[in-house]
Amino acid sequence: MKTGDRGRVDLDSEECKGCGLCVEACPPKVLALASHLNRYGYHPATYSGEGCTGCGICYFACPEPGAIVVWRLKAEARPVAQAA
Amino acid sequence: MPEFAVLHEKPHSFYSLYERKGELQHQTHYCPGCGHGIVHKLVARAIDELGIQNRAILVSPVGCSVFAYYYFDVGNVQVAHGRAPAVATGVKRAHPESIVISYQGDGDLAAIGSAEILHAANRGENITVFFVNNAIYGMTGGQMAPTTLVGQKSTTSPFGRNVWNEGSPIKVCELLNALDAPVYLERVALGSNKQIMAAARAVRRALEVQMRGQGFSLIEVLSPCPTIWKKDPVEAQHWVAEELVKTFPLGVVRDRTKDAPVRPASAAPPALDKIPGILGLEQDDPGPTVGGPAAREPVELAVKVAGFGGQGVLLLGEVLAEAGLASGLQVSWLPSYGPEMRSGTSNCHVRIATRPIASPLVLRPNVLLAMNEPSLRKFLPTVEPHGLVIYNGAACPADCLRPDVTLIAAPFAQLADGLGGARAANIAMLGALLEAAPVPFESQVPNVLRKLVRSPKWLEIDLAALARGRQAARQEVAS
Repeated sequence: MKTGDRGRVDLDSEECKGCGLCVEACPPKVLALASHLNRYGYHPATYSGEGCTGCGICYFACPEPGAIVVWRLKAEARPVAQAA
Repeated sequence: MPEFAVLHEKPHSFYSLYERKGELQHQTHYCPGCGHGIVHKLVARAIDELGIQNRAILVSPVGCSVFAYYYFDVGNVQVAHGRAPAVATGVKRAHPESIVISYQGDGDLAAIGSAEILHAANRGENITVFFVNNAIYGMTGGQMAPTTLVGQKSTTSPFGRNVWNEGSPIKVCELLNALDAPVYLERVALGSNKQIMAAARAVRRALEVQMRGQGFSLIEVLSPCPTIWKKDPVEAQHWVAEELVKTFPLGVVRDRTKDAPVRPASAAPPALDKIPGILGLEQDDPGPTVGGPAAREPVELAVKVAGFGGQGVLLLGEVLAEAGLASGLQVSWLPSYGPEMRSGTSNCHVRIATRPIASPLVLRPNVLLAMNEPSLRKFLPTVEPHGLVIYNGAACPADCLRPDVTLIAAPFAQLADGLGGARAANIAMLGALLEAAPVPFESQVPNVLRKLVRSPKWLEIDLAALARGRQAARQEVAS
């Protein structure tokens, strides 16, 4: 992970059906469909490992309720903004 | 090392595992790229955010989203095709403190359920409807829906929808906007990130309308169906944003959230113990009696007769019921048999009582007449304690005994065979019943047999079987 990234995304490759909507939705384009297949025969979405801004858009685009968890840098670690 | 906190994760209003099947319990059943999963997520998030999980009741429809109750960890009802707004009305009126959500597709809501949604909206029921419109019947394989676009091909409009043949797409929000009562109607879509975020806000607002008690709200969500549209998920998403919205323009169609008054609370329902009085059915009312004296010993027989088709199961029940009727009792006779006209299993439910009969079903019999072993095994566990079981067999199987019921086993078929016909086993069993549980209408049984059994030969055999059955029961009880 590149230091300075504001976000992180965990993709559950075994829950993913490879629809690609998160890849399409991701603003910084840091998601891609893997070349390998998961247990169910889909190419799961994967995170390149750096560049996530923690915007959460992939989470809303994904049709599987639990396939994506989006993390964001804790407020105190960020240079601006107060914790809510 | 920078510290991260979870920003978005699976909403708590979903079950952690979906126990629909033994496998794949972490996935929904939806196709890749289906809009239902997104709408589910938006609804579950809104439930989480509004803190209403413990009072949310989801009414799920027929269609692809029929299994919503496997996913949402809230109160759930799954209802007949199109009837969700009617059931939601009942649920909300019975539980006014609950938050009732009707979740429906376009075939469900705009075709078979068009009457229910129209009238629920017209009454201004304080419910929230999420209407997922993908312009097609998905689950059944791509038939034309009322919302299918003009020119769109489907299995039932293979040349494209033609307005002169199939009419124009029904715009549900605009249709409901002709009514006085709805508070909030908005059409949103899942065609882009921006549209999805707008949908999330609308979903939450619609639930807030209900929480404030203002009345009816409906959010129509234009949603992709990649499988039936034969597009990949990303193309399908674009098709929502580029094509569907031309026919179904996005935006707020009705918004009275600022000035709609809170609906007055409906009158409190009567207490449960007042209902018999309201219906004119007082607890100790014996009900109308026909021909018999008003004061009589109470009778409450709940009989299950079961066996193979062809054994005379239904006739045995009918003789019992007719005999009860002839002596002025309340009776019901309900046959239940499989699609096989012959062979297969068969059973009937008979109730005979001094009081009016509420339901002809006999799920907990106090008398079981089992004409074969499978029937004994199947229904013995359902017999009420202190009930009577009569079994057509020399002895009950050792693993089919219950100490809390009276069991009479005798080879009734062989006994009847000795009298001229094994088919009279049913009447021999009836004789055993009359012996083992003296009932006030037993004197009517021979008369009923004379009425129902037309052949003199069989009538003679049946009357002999009746006596033989009584004798067998006497011996069995004495032993």
